[in-house]
Formats: sequence, C-alpha cells, structure tokens
Amino acid sequence: MGARSLRAARTAAPIFVAVVGLATPAFAAPSDINTADTAWMIVATALVLMMTVPGLALFYSGMVRKKNVLATMAQSLAAVMIISILWVAFGYSLVFAGDGPWLGSLDRLFLAGMTMDSVNPAAKTIPEALFMLYQMTFAIITVALVAGSVADRMRFSAYLLFSVLWFVFVYVPLAHWVWGGGFLGAMGVLDFAGGLVVHLSAGVGGLVAAKVMGRRQGYGTENLSPFDLSLAVVGTGLLWVGWFGFNGGSALAANSRAVMAIIATHLAACAGALTWGGIEWSVRRKPSVLGMISGAVAGLGTITPASGFVAPWHGIVIGLIAGSLCYWACTSLKLRFDYDDSLDVFGVHGIGGMTGTLLTGVFATAAIGGTSGLIEGNPQQLLLQLYGVAVTLVWSAGVTYALLRLVGAFVALRVSKEHEMEGLDITQHGEALQ
Amino acid sequence: MKLVVAIIKPFKLDEFRQGLTAIGVHGMTVTEVKGYGRQKGHTEIYRGAEYVVNFLPKLRIEIAVASELADRAVEVITSSARTGQIGDGKIFVTPIDHALRIRTGETDSDAL
Repeated sequence: MGARSLRAARTAAPIFVAVVGLATPAFAAPSDINTADTAWMIVATALVLMMTVPGLALFYSGMVRKKNVLATMAQSLAAVMIISILWVAFGYSLVFAGDGPWLGSLDRLFLAGMTMDSVNPAAKTIPEALFMLYQMTFAIITVALVAGSVADRMRFSAYLLFSVLWFVFVYVPLAHWVWGGGFLGAMGVLDFAGGLVVHLSAGVGGLVAAKVMGRRQGYGTENLSPFDLSLAVVGTGLLWVGWFGFNGGSALAANSRAVMAIIATHLAACAGALTWGGIEWSVRRKPSVLGMISGAVAGLGTITPASGFVAPWHGIVIGLIAGSLCYWACTSLKLRFDYDDSLDVFGVHGIGGMTGTLLTGVFATAAIGGTSGLIEGNPQQLLLQLYGVAVTLVWSAGVTYALLRLVGAFVALRVSKEHEMEGLDITQHGEALQ
Repeated sequence: MKLVVAIIKPFKLDEFRQGLTAIGVHGMTVTEVKGYGRQKGHTEIYRGAEYVVNFLPKLRIEIAVASELADRAVEVITSSARTGQIGDGKIFVTPIDHALRIRTGETDSDAL
C-alpha cells in the first residue's frame, strides 16, 4: 500500500493533488477496505460456492442409485438458484442488517443502501457487497445439505417449496442468532464457520425430514448400493478444497487466523478419514473408499465451528473424535432408531456439527481466537456451547417438522410408489442416465 | 459342427483367446454377463448397510468349431480358464445344425 501510494503521488500531477486536497473533506469516514482481504474473500466465496455445485452435487449423487443421480444433482442446483435470489431479496437483510436479539432488519431489502464503500460492522475491511456474497454461499450449502436425507424419494416440487420455507424459518433466524448479532452470539456462543448454523441445523433438519418422509422402498430388503462412488470421491475432493474457503474465509480477512483455521481444517479431514477407514479395517477387515471419504467429510464438518478458535494440532484430535462418533452414528445409531437418512446427513453433519461445537468449548485457545475453553481453565465456555447446541437442535427439529407438515398439506412430499421404482430422474425431470 | 459356450472369469480372457488361436480357432463372440453357480455371491458394505450381491460378473464366450476340433477346444479352454478356485465357470457343448457366412454365402464348415 505504502509503495503504491508513493508511486501514485509521484506520477500524479499537481492538479491531482489539488483535486484530492479539495475533495478530502467530503469523505467523512474514509473506507478501511483492504485489497488483500478483499482478494482473499473473493476467492473464498468462489470456493464455498464450488462446494455446493459441483462438490455436494457429486458427493451426494455418487451415493444414490443410477436412476436418481440427476434428481439428486438437481436438488443442489435448485439450492443455488433459489437461495441466491432469496438471500439478495431479504435473507441478507434479516440476518446481517441490525443486531436485534431475534432478527435483523429490512434495511437492506434487495440490497437497498448498499454502496461501493459500505461495509458491514462484522467485516470492516472488505466491501459489504462481498460480505453479503460470501454469506450467501453458506445459506446455499446449508439448504442443499438437508436434501441428502430424503434422497431417492422426495418430489421435486415439494423439495423446492420446503427449501424456501426452511431457509426463511430455520436458516435465517439461526444465522442471525449466532452470527448476525443475535442472542446466541451476544451470549458468547462460539461458532466459527457453521457447526450450529450449517451442520447441526441441516443434520437435525435432515433427520426430521427422513422420519416424516418415511423409509425408501426396499430399505433393509433390497440392494440400494451406490451408483458410482468415484463421483462421490471427486465430490469429496471439491468439498475438501472448498472447505479452505469455508473455514479460512470465516476469518473474513487474509490473516494468520485464516491460515490457522485452514491447517486445523485440513488435519481434521485427514484424521477423520484415517479413523473411519481404520475402524472399518479392524471391524470389517477392509477399509472402504466410502468410509474414508465419509470420515473426511465428518472431520471437516466437525472442525467447522472450532477452526479459528483452536490450535492447528487440535484438528487431529477433533478429526479422530469425529471419525469415531460419526462412524458409530451411521452404522449403529441409525439402525437402532430405524430411520432411513439416505445419505447420512444427520450421522455425518448433525453429529459432526454438535460434536465440533462442544469440542470448541473444550479446545478454544485464547492465542488463536481470543477465547479460552475448558482446557485453558474456562469451563463456562463449554456450557455456553451446550446451550447453543440445545437451542439449534430444538429450533431446527421443531420448525422442520412444522414446515414439512405444512408443505405436505398442499403437495405430496413423496413421489408415488411407481415413480419411486422408476426413478426420480425420469419421473421428475424427464431425463435419465443411459 | 459344435457350438462351445464357456462361462469364465473375466480376467482369464487373454489366456483363453491365445490358447484357442494356437489350435486354429479364429473367431469368438464375448458377452459380459452376470450370474451365479456354486460360488453364490459376495457381500458389499456401504456405511454399515450390507447387501448380498448374488450375481457376479463373468464372460460368456461362444465359439463355433468343426466337430473334430471340439474336444481339443474344450481341453484348451479348461486349461486356460482354470484357477482351481471356486467360480472358474462352466463349458457347454451343443451341436450346430447349419452355419452361413453372411458376406459370401458360404455354408457350414466353410463358414466357420
């Protein structure tokens, strides 16, 4: 910056100096927008959008049967198309404009009042427009995540309607409560990049949706094996890289904290993949590729709230715990409670988000994020985290249930038996993989 | 003329083809098929969900040979496709009533 302004000053003719001299008093508050922060956040925004399409689209569709691959991708695409527009229309305003305990304001409806120099108080060194765009990508992926639990059987029209309502009544309030100046954030509940707002809310929403929708036909009796796990591996790779923008970008600046968050994130993914694969190797005699990628995503989801608050090496411990707990949830818990969460949204994201949020209260390190956790002698933080988990759990579960009942009163949530047999690709979209 | 139908393990195809070429069999039809015999299937596990897969991938190979070559062909197939493990496959031999090469109109043994 210094060198550049010097060069600018040298090349600028005296006329320019005079103009600037005259103009200066007009800018009451000179903007603190930092070009390095802005550049990083543009990249991070692109990375997080890439997580939904094609990342999540590939991850999910690789795990369904061949007849439902396109329909599963359509759900991720729909989340991008719809939530982006709703976010600009009113979502951003309700979450991030104004810091009331329950909801933001309508000051930024359709981005009203957003100018070239405006910044959000939460990120004063980047343009407000960029902050808005970055946060948009989080809303998109959260809505898209929920769809995995009802894959193979939800009617597309019902999914669209449900997604819009879920975004308005689950995501928007939660995001405001935790990140937009609402009561959870104000109390001191820590959630760096979305353990509560993204993963737990989507995981619990998915669990409730799976329960309300009922099991897939043939669940427990027929072979429902994945169409092409290599797609899921490619999807996991894109999610993994995208997560650098998800967690690293949540520092909202190009700084050391972003890098610390990225290291913790990467290590958690590695440890999660190793753990899940290792458990399978000892229990089932073979480490599956699906197990390794599931463990990686479990590690990534679990480190999400903690990254930026914990030391990098904590990522390994958190990944290890994530791999074990999520493995248990997907292979034992699901069978015991007999719900058909098709792609384990609850088992991976719900359990991961919950575990990660609690572990943030254990491992939080003042030198990284300014807050101490249990290990540094602040047990209070763990209680706060527990409170955040409880509020998110109850809100997401209750509202998701009510919304599904509401949507179900107008359109059938599920496709007909015949259509389920035939596949959603051909019956919902008129296309099929050959 | 005999039609020899062999169901074999997919990875044995190259040995199979070389063996038959060596004794003068110069054509075959190969189809990817699924099925089971004594081997039954195997179990696949996806995040704890176990599926028994009954039908395993095999190759179904058809060759048409002159009657006097049939026994020799069966011997070659047996030796080239055998691993000694369960699932090596089966060979069926049936008579052919008539054969015709579409391009030239040649018939029976001239058409093989």
